[in-house]
Amino acid sequence: MRGETQTTAERTNCAAESASAGKLALDNVNFYYGDTQALKDVSLVFPEREVSALIGPSGCGKSTLLRILNKIYAIYPHQRATGAVLLDGQNILADNYPTNALRARVGMVFQKPVPFPMSIYENVAYGVRHHEKLRKSEMDARVEEALIQSALWDEVKDKLSSSGLSLSGGQQQRLCIARAVALRPEVLLLDEPTSALDPISTAKIEELISQIKTKFTIVIVTHNMQQASRISDNTAFMYLGQLIEYDKTATMFQNPTQKQTEDYITGRYG
Amino acid sequence: MNTNGSIYRRRQIRSIGALTLATLATAVGLFLLVWILGSTFINGLAAISPRLFTQMTPPPGSDGGLLNAFFGSFLMVMLATVIGTPIGIAAGTFLAEYNRNGKLSAVIRFVNDILLSAPSIIIGLFVYELVVRQTGHFSGYAGGIALSFILLPVVVRTTDEMLRLVPDVMREAALSLGIPRWKMITDVLYKAARAGILTGVLLAIARISGETAPLLFTALNNQYWSADLSQPMANVPVVIFQYAMSPYDQWHTLAWAGAFIMTFFILLLSVVSRLVLNKRKSF
Repeated sequence: MRGETQTTAERTNCAAESASAGKLALDNVNFYYGDTQALKDVSLVFPEREVSALIGPSGCGKSTLLRILNKIYAIYPHQRATGAVLLDGQNILADNYPTNALRARVGMVFQKPVPFPMSIYENVAYGVRHHEKLRKSEMDARVEEALIQSALWDEVKDKLSSSGLSLSGGQQQRLCIARAVALRPEVLLLDEPTSALDPISTAKIEELISQIKTKFTIVIVTHNMQQASRISDNTAFMYLGQLIEYDKTATMFQNPTQKQTEDYITGRYG
Repeated sequence: MNTNGSIYRRRQIRSIGALTLATLATAVGLFLLVWILGSTFINGLAAISPRLFTQMTPPPGSDGGLLNAFFGSFLMVMLATVIGTPIGIAAGTFLAEYNRNGKLSAVIRFVNDILLSAPSIIIGLFVYELVVRQTGHFSGYAGGIALSFILLPVVVRTTDEMLRLVPDVMREAALSLGIPRWKMITDVLYKAARAGILTGVLLAIARISGETAPLLFTALNNQYWSADLSQPMANVPVVIFQYAMSPYDQWHTLAWAGAFIMTFFILLLSVVSRLVLNKRKSF
């Protein structure tokens, strides 16, 4: 077991070196919900401006891992992470790391679309307004830019003042992506962003992810292996709170080294 | 087969019996309700006249209106709302957002529920001791404070419950933009819960508008026009109480008119709060 962990760590480093510089790196991260340990000694590197997918059966810790990266877990008492998560070399788990500044740099999109009870325009502008003082014209431009990036602009440009809740589910999810990218984050975390959507909306969002990955470092949790193979550059397979294997997506799907990975990918369990 | 048939028949007879009893109970309840509302409506409508809104409460045996009572009630209900709403919303926010599952919150919720069902005359006596005895006289302030004590627990409870109905992912979505917690609450959660909270406030206003006991001990009454909250103040419930108990016909008529308008006002508030609640999905 120890030998295996070692191998995983080595392979992780290989993946990191072969890719461009690592944007986010986890070093021996453990995570606890109260007394229950949900992540065990996870170490891996997410390369900059690439899409990395986290796959694994329910309860394997993939969402938990994602929720560490912007410290959103910290709003709940009894949840804690140990180890180090380095964003551009700085440990975000350190107590003195400014949480709200971190969250402006690391955006997040959730499984269920949750527009705020505000207009479409305000949904996008809300976060920006807190972090930057922009003139009206600059804000208009920023909102438009974010809505174009999230492939929603053409559908909403004539009704920016209507409620965000009036949109369809797929549109709401793209609005949530617009809300996150409007802050111009460096990293974008996507927590099963298409699992509540129909196939057409899913295709739109996948297309949009491949378009924006030139701008952001993207980490996506998905329970859909086809999705992981379609859109990601790197894939991490997790099982029971451990990182089993992490490599280039093509390698992971065609030639995994771990038996467990192969079994999961070929649908033998999960 | 035979045995089965008798089982079904027994059940059918019991079902008919239960249905009959339930229908009877509904009929009795509805009859009383319609009776109360009907007599208020018939007697009240007959007593309505423009004088009600232009003249003061009259001395025994002469005609007059209820202007000073309406105005006094309005002032004191406003005062109670202004005092009770911010405190109630702040306390409800503390319960739902800052100490949701804490021991302190459990205690506060329990005490708040007791306050919610406390007999209003107790609250009247409490404010009598707290304000009237200290200042040495009845006053509109004391009336407003007593009413705010009745409004407060309603607002605390609805705010707490409405905020807890907002899903956690909404909080996470706002916080994940790097928004501080207080701002997330005021900008996002209050917007998401505002229809519910507003409904709670409106229903609380409807409740305190008709309260009599707490005002008897605090604002008392005033036969004349007074906009001075530091003096005894006329108000509709106490005027109804006093005039209905009197032997004078003119006073009886005014009491019916007051009761009718009060009922109508409360009905209006209930309908408006219903509308607000139904419209909540639109934004």
